[in-house]
Amino acid sequence: MIGSAQDPEQAPVSREEVEQVALLCRLEIDDGEARELAAQMSAVLSHAAALLSLDTSGVDPTAHPLPLVNVLRTDEVRESLAQGDVLSQAPDVEAGRFRVPPVRRRQPEEP
Amino acid sequence: MSAYGSERQRRREGGARDYEGFECVVGLEVHCELLTATKLFCGCKNAFGDEPNTNTCPVCLGLPGSLPVLNGHAVELAMRIGLALNCTVQPSIFHRKNYFYPDMPKDYQISQYDIPINTDGYLDLPSGARVGIVRAHIEEDTGKTTHSGGGGRIHDAMYSLVDYNRAGVPLVEIVSEPDIRSGEQAREYVSELRAVLVAVGASDGRMEEGSLRVDANVSVRRPGEPFGTRCEIKNLNSLRSLGRAVDYETRRQVDLLVSGGAVAQETRHWDEQAGHTVVMRSKEEAEDYRYFPEPDLVPLAPDAAWQERISRAMAPLPAGRRRALLDSVGAEGPAMVERVATVVAQDLDGYVMAAVDAGAPGALALSRAANELAAACAEDASLLDALEPGHFASLVAMEARGDLTATQAKAVLAEMLTSGEPPEAIASRKGFEALDPGSLRRAVEEVVAANSAEWERYKEGEAKMAQFFVGQVMKATRQKADGKAVMALLADLLRGSAGAP
Amino acid sequence: MAKTIEAIVAGVRSGEIDPVALVDQHLKLIEENEPSTNAFITVLADHARQKAGEIASRVAAGDPVGRLAGVPVAVKDNLCLRGAPTTCASRILEHWHPPYDATVLSRLLAEDAIIVGKTNMDEFAMGSSTEHSARGPTHNPRDMTRVPGGSSGGSAAAVAARFAQAALGSDTGGSIRQPAAFCGVVGLKPTYGLVSRYGLVAFASSLDQVGPLAGSVADAALLLEIIAGHDHMDSTSLDAPAPRLAGQAADSAEGLSIGIVRELSDGADPEVKRRLDEAAESLERAGARVESCSIPEVSYALPAYYLLAPAEASSNLARYDGVRYGLRVNAADTPTMNARTRSVGFGAEVKRRIMLGTYALRAGYYDAYYGQAQRVRTLLIRAFDAAYERYDALLSPTAPTTAFRLKERVEDPIAMYLSDVCTIPSNLAGHPAISVPFGTGEAGMPVGVQVMAPALAEAVMVRVATILEQAAP
Ligand SMILES: [Mg+2]
Ligand SMILES: [Zn+2]
Repeated sequence: MIGSAQDPEQAPVSREEVEQVALLCRLEIDDGEARELAAQMSAVLSHAAALLSLDTSGVDPTAHPLPLVNVLRTDEVRESLAQGDVLSQAPDVEAGRFRVPPVRRRQPEEP
Repeated sequence: MSAYGSERQRRREGGARDYEGFECVVGLEVHCELLTATKLFCGCKNAFGDEPNTNTCPVCLGLPGSLPVLNGHAVELAMRIGLALNCTVQPSIFHRKNYFYPDMPKDYQISQYDIPINTDGYLDLPSGARVGIVRAHIEEDTGKTTHSGGGGRIHDAMYSLVDYNRAGVPLVEIVSEPDIRSGEQAREYVSELRAVLVAVGASDGRMEEGSLRVDANVSVRRPGEPFGTRCEIKNLNSLRSLGRAVDYETRRQVDLLVSGGAVAQETRHWDEQAGHTVVMRSKEEAEDYRYFPEPDLVPLAPDAAWQERISRAMAPLPAGRRRALLDSVGAEGPAMVERVATVVAQDLDGYVMAAVDAGAPGALALSRAANELAAACAEDASLLDALEPGHFASLVAMEARGDLTATQAKAVLAEMLTSGEPPEAIASRKGFEALDPGSLRRAVEEVVAANSAEWERYKEGEAKMAQFFVGQVMKATRQKADGKAVMALLADLLRGSAGAP
Repeated sequence: MAKTIEAIVAGVRSGEIDPVALVDQHLKLIEENEPSTNAFITVLADHARQKAGEIASRVAAGDPVGRLAGVPVAVKDNLCLRGAPTTCASRILEHWHPPYDATVLSRLLAEDAIIVGKTNMDEFAMGSSTEHSARGPTHNPRDMTRVPGGSSGGSAAAVAARFAQAALGSDTGGSIRQPAAFCGVVGLKPTYGLVSRYGLVAFASSLDQVGPLAGSVADAALLLEIIAGHDHMDSTSLDAPAPRLAGQAADSAEGLSIGIVRELSDGADPEVKRRLDEAAESLERAGARVESCSIPEVSYALPAYYLLAPAEASSNLARYDGVRYGLRVNAADTPTMNARTRSVGFGAEVKRRIMLGTYALRAGYYDAYYGQAQRVRTLLIRAFDAAYERYDALLSPTAPTTAFRLKERVEDPIAMYLSDVCTIPSNLAGHPAISVPFGTGEAGMPVGVQVMAPALAEAVMVRVATILEQAAP
């Protein structure tokens, strides 16, 4: 079934895709990492090639191996954490709140 | 096309406004915070205005290892909303909507995606238009970010502060069809939707506290043409903002098209102070939310019995109450329809119904409720706590019989609201006994005789002198006179004196 | 032969065993051998001594003590314990102290277990060798030049080195069973939903289960009994009573029908295969009907897993963004701060999986990757269901090889992933499985035999495992 040969032809992941994906999942990667990730992701996907081309029409997806439905909680208040316990783990705090740098990406400075 | 398609088409044209040959097309997304005791997935208090980060726990902070458990009452409220909006209530699942934002503790939002709890409904507006409902799904709210430095504006903030008290508060997002055709109609839709949400106990309806938040998708087109490119407008936190923003945005898009430009698909922010929309992000910056089924929750499957139980326990909806009130007072015409709408909106229809049941004339009861009671309500809703429906019915009956003049009735009603006493007691304490027609006529004649110069001016045709005489008669009768009756007597005297030699 | 938990608790209750002395004995072993083993991220010596003292005085006062009274237990460092750091072997959580206890730990503590430490692991449970740890690799006590397996390598090593009587691990694709096999101990992954996940730091939520590692099947079964059962804090917790497993007689396999899954044994090392054959023979001798069977769909389990698990992980690990807890690497704006924090805080394997999972979930790719893997998951479950119509339990090697050498596979992700090929199918199906030591293979390293059973058939599984344990060379 699964060998260790890499066949990037079958499911190649490009450098551009790697960079796009890194942006989506908030990872900073340098050129070397991007190259390496493209090769490794291609390898994993090429191993999955047989699975990806399997005819599964009419098969329902399994999101969950459980037969449960309608698991509900009663609408009763339970004790919350103390504010101090909430904030004590935070990297930066001000006035009872979590402090973060500006939420919008700063454009790179003009030369 | 849905079953009510042709109906919708007709109604659409009714609500449309013309903008240089263009019409605006609006679909609204309304986020409604549910009136539960606790959050959607944890037992933290669902409350507004508490100290920051005090209603938080491992679950709603998204701490590692924590897991969501669904609030059953939130589900029931969502089902009530679905039933009230004539939706199909169906088995559903939750998805994760993945995107990074500091006010979202897990950096994904648990929401419903392609299999929501409520689909395919509609809402009929008081004006007669019908707006289709695409879906009404359950999701969690985010925390609240405050931007500091740079005047508190997001674009030039030095830093931001996050409070997670609101994170995980249950929301139902109600998505309308693009059936709305003007800013005015958008307001009417949200106003009616709010009344429905309040009626079913799902919402407190407080837009200013963010209990109800509206995003508008606005595009323009020439009637009959396919939809144009739409812009989504955020930050509409009042009916006023909504109406203004839709009108502004329509204008902006029409101007663009008329001057040969094109509308770009983007998300825009309504600036209430400046009265315009500004671009927040373009289509290219749109997120890829990577939706996938939430593995920490199991499906919801509301069976028929559960739905039946909820449907039976549901309070009557505003539209039904308006219909019942109109029937009960037997009134017609736009003015009456408006009064009925006011009375139901202020939850005063019970008083009118009680008066009618007790034999009082409906139109008069409606008038007192739509004017005096509604005004009192707007000032302080708790004023109504002291007023018993039976007392209101007696008051209307007294006025109808002529035992009280309109002025006296209003004065008595005002005191009933503060003291809670029956109207008979107040009227007799104030010495409000009805004047018999004979003594009223005598009083008018005496006033006319005592003010001959003014009477001459009135006779010359100086109409405003009528007010002077009404005032004098009121004074003379210690407010017992009915202003309308005085006017009639004055006119009568005028005719008499004109005929004299 | 080492004492069982049952014997220790009986001894503690009768006063024959002093819990303080017992804990000290374990802490002494840790002190001597931990520097070279690196099985722990945090040793809770003070907590353990204090707890042992409390139990001793309760026994002295004649007060009742729990079913794990005085038993030293090690727990994987992805289980939240109030007051102790929970790092998941990641830089990003280096200094995080959870303000709450995982349900499984509350249950251990309620039965008076003594938690001696938090064990080393592959970062966020992503790995098969415990080399992907920000705290350096754990070494296999059977041969310090070899890996203990992973990701619960610290827990397996702690049991094998007698640092603890038993341990808890977590198993998403074999992370309990494979290290148990590599270290020569018992490792059990329960039916999905049997054990609460509340307080287990999530890797792949639809696959993760907490389970025991122990020196014997009986100890593992008792520990499972204690941590199992409904938890209202976990929506995916089954509303079923914990199974009665402890003290089961297993002297015969009469009436049992057992299938050896060809697809999972064909690729194994010859010595591993030889042990599997011996295990099959011993079951036959005990009265079972044993035959070879084929479940072709298990071949799709590994690739399906490497789409599903990273996808869920990419979402589960999004919260490590430098805002609320854990590491922050500052930057001029929040998106850059998030990215910089995550790039510094996560190791290479975690990044690899987040990338792969994000890739598979993108709009327009979802159906071809994630959706397809979910449909294949359905096919696999159907195939297992069909097999379990014929067999009470299925048998396979736990891993195709015995413990490999440190650094041997760390640079080759695919080779590393392959060591979970036998264990992953049970996670996708949500079925229970157990690894039992059965002799040794290459270089005298332990071999594990895996017993798989249908959902909630832990009792049958434990019965088969006990027979194998007794017959093991
Ligand atoms: Mg939404
Ligand atoms: Zn909470």
